Amino acid sequence: MVDPNPLLPVSIPPYIPLPDDTLVARRRPIKVYLLIVSGLLAIALFVALIGYGGSDNVQPRGNEGGSLASSSKQPDRLRPLSRGPAAGVSEKANQQFADIGRLRSFPWNNSMLSWQRPAFHFQPEKNWMNDPNGPLFYKGWYHFFYQYNPNGAIWGDIVWGHAVSRDLIHWLHLPLAMVPDQWYDLNGVWTGSATILPDGQIVMLYTGSTNESVQVQNLAYPADPSDPLLINWVKYSGNPVLVPPPGIHPKDFRDPTTAWLTSEGKWRIVIGSKINKTGIALVYDTRDFKNYERLDGLLHGVPGTGMWECVDFYPVSRTEENGLDTSINGLEVKHVVKASLDQDKHDYYAIGTYHEKNSTWIPDNPKIDVGIGVRYDYGMFYASKTFYDPDKGRRILWGWIGESDSEFADVQKGWASIQSIPRTILLDKKTGTHLLQWPVEEVESLRLSSNEFDEVEVKAGSVMKLAVGSATQLDIIAEFEIDKKALDKAPESNATFSCSSSGGAAERGALGPFGVSVLADETLSEQTPVYFYIVKGHGGSLKTHFCSDQSRSSEATDVNKHIYGSSVPVQHGEKLSLRILVDHSIVETFAQGGRTCIASRVYPTKAIYGAARLFLFNNATDVSITASLKIWQMNSAFIRPYPNDKN
Amino acid sequence: MNIFLLILFFIFPLRGIRPAPIIQLSNLIDQTCKQTPFYELCTSILLSNPKSADADIAGLARIMVTSLDSKASDTLDQINDLLEDTLTLDPATQQALALCAERYNVILTGDIPQTIAGLDRGNYKFAQKGTNDAALEASACEKGFPSKRKSPINELNKEVRHISIVAAAIVKVMIDS
Repeated sequence: MVDPNPLLPVSIPPYIPLPDDTLVARRRPIKVYLLIVSGLLAIALFVALIGYGGSDNVQPRGNEGGSLASSSKQPDRLRPLSRGPAAGVSEKANQQFADIGRLRSFPWNNSMLSWQRPAFHFQPEKNWMNDPNGPLFYKGWYHFFYQYNPNGAIWGDIVWGHAVSRDLIHWLHLPLAMVPDQWYDLNGVWTGSATILPDGQIVMLYTGSTNESVQVQNLAYPADPSDPLLINWVKYSGNPVLVPPPGIHPKDFRDPTTAWLTSEGKWRIVIGSKINKTGIALVYDTRDFKNYERLDGLLHGVPGTGMWECVDFYPVSRTEENGLDTSINGLEVKHVVKASLDQDKHDYYAIGTYHEKNSTWIPDNPKIDVGIGVRYDYGMFYASKTFYDPDKGRRILWGWIGESDSEFADVQKGWASIQSIPRTILLDKKTGTHLLQWPVEEVESLRLSSNEFDEVEVKAGSVMKLAVGSATQLDIIAEFEIDKKALDKAPESNATFSCSSSGGAAERGALGPFGVSVLADETLSEQTPVYFYIVKGHGGSLKTHFCSDQSRSSEATDVNKHIYGSSVPVQHGEKLSLRILVDHSIVETFAQGGRTCIASRVYPTKAIYGAARLFLFNNATDVSITASLKIWQMNSAFIRPYPNDKN
Repeated sequence: MNIFLLILFFIFPLRGIRPAPIIQLSNLIDQTCKQTPFYELCTSILLSNPKSADADIAGLARIMVTSLDSKASDTLDQINDLLEDTLTLDPATQQALALCAERYNVILTGDIPQTIAGLDRGNYKFAQKGTNDAALEASACEKGFPSKRKSPINELNKEVRHISIVAAAIVKVMIDS
């Protein structure tokens, strides 16, 4: 099931007129003043002529014409400033609108917009961000790089931003790591990955868009390996190290992966591409990261999936609960192939077996192959990338979560995009077909006070407010049990259900929806329900869906109103469980321990600050549910520049 | 056929006369425009630009974006003209026009450069984002007006929206091919 493209224009709901009492500054009517003034002048002149017999010394009285005319304001001629290519919005275009600033966009005002900024999700201080790049752990610091526009809140002028953290949560911004200062990356320092060699050396491979917009791969490395902050980077003088091979279009060759060791002692990487409509992963071997040999075959390809961006390839343990270094292979592991599909802006993965000899990978189940099966996340989540954390033995996933509002709002608020909370990745041993993603445990260090609700019965068709205090920065863990007798009695249904084509949480079914509604206001005029919806099929088989409903999350009409979600496998005997991280305009949700995840962006206009509430609801018709929840207030991560800037 | 009638309704009330086609309808233009929701608009814009004669699909997308730029620029000019006429403007319309000016500024200085960069560099999803957002901004502009009557820039907003949608559809064809 493919969710609709979240970037398509929002469908037009009924028009919302301005309220009658909207205060609007009135322009002084210039023409009326001019008429009055010229009238007065005429009278004064007439009086003067009559009174003084046409003397040259007559001064018209009370003629304030000049100053009157100039004291009334003319609206500035509103013109765009620069229209240079790909500058994003370089100048402060909005300064032109200073005079009419008080007529600012309805309904977006500064209060609503500044509320949107998350408190504990990674983002730069301002401007545009997209793909995560080269995540790594080195000398006690986690490093994170990212696609960044230093000039505006729209994609363009792309450089590598950089930040460090001790715990993947509290980030400190560092100077830009790489900028487009060579012919081979002049049109963009694009996405890349880090490889850490056994002797501790760091090798960074990244895609450059050349001065002629050809996509090439380049090598870079830290200028000073003894600097734990890795502030300065050097580009290899012999770049580019890879150019598009014959048969591959020069604009379909990007995003090199982390390398892994082969049994021959060579390093191997893959690079995503496509041939006609088949998405593919090209394979290269190297000993020194400077000279490469392209292997004849492909790691894998799937027809109809289009361009594979940000390919990722890594082992997961079949038996252990820890992550694995990228070079690990053997009987005890499966391998994951992941691709970001350009054609639908979603990240897909599949689990299979890696055959090192001929460097191919075969999916366990071709029906859910890469690009046609499971997604990491059913909301806004793209260009994701994993890395191995040797410090705690984890495989960690980063994902770019973009905006789903208008770019006008992004420009107003001065920033766009965030990153997901980093997630640990494990093979789901119970299903074998899914990975489990879970926010890194360090996020729990942000937990403050908590509220617990044990075994609350929620009858069919009821809503309950949960008294948790402030409701814009929360960590929610909940379990749900359904009345078994009612479950058995519930009717079977022929209908197929999908979150995205449903009526959202307002559409009542026999066995759902039930869950939690976040970022709701007191009257539920704005709310974001996150819920389960169970469908009983033939022979009493149950299929569970997990959805995140944005259709009523905001009264604004220029934001995404889709309902995201997917079916989620529920094993026999498992309770339904969910976790939600609420952080202002980002709601990250996880079902069944992270088997199905949904990240959504919401932009309420009323359910903000102290007006945001949390509700528990059961909108099913035939069952009551019992819910147990624990809800923590979450502290800010105080993401800020690194103190005492080292240059 | 219904779509054809709908298109006629859109085409004829529009201000200004469509320029007469300068070049012949080619197979590429025909096939490409068929994959957009506004075939007549798509072909009329492409056929009136001589560059489309030997353009590939990326070139056709560029031509459509140029047309979008021009129409958005015309619309902003019109908004400015209307805003100067303060005597006859009621506050709600004035506020809506001011908001529209801001949104059109984003179309011209944000969406269009982003789209062009995306097309030139082969990162087509940003071209998609730019054209989709242009349609969204034009739509949001229109919705900001009091509902009792059509906005003074209703036709222009509609044209900008439709050209954006056509451009987005052409980019989608590029991504999918």
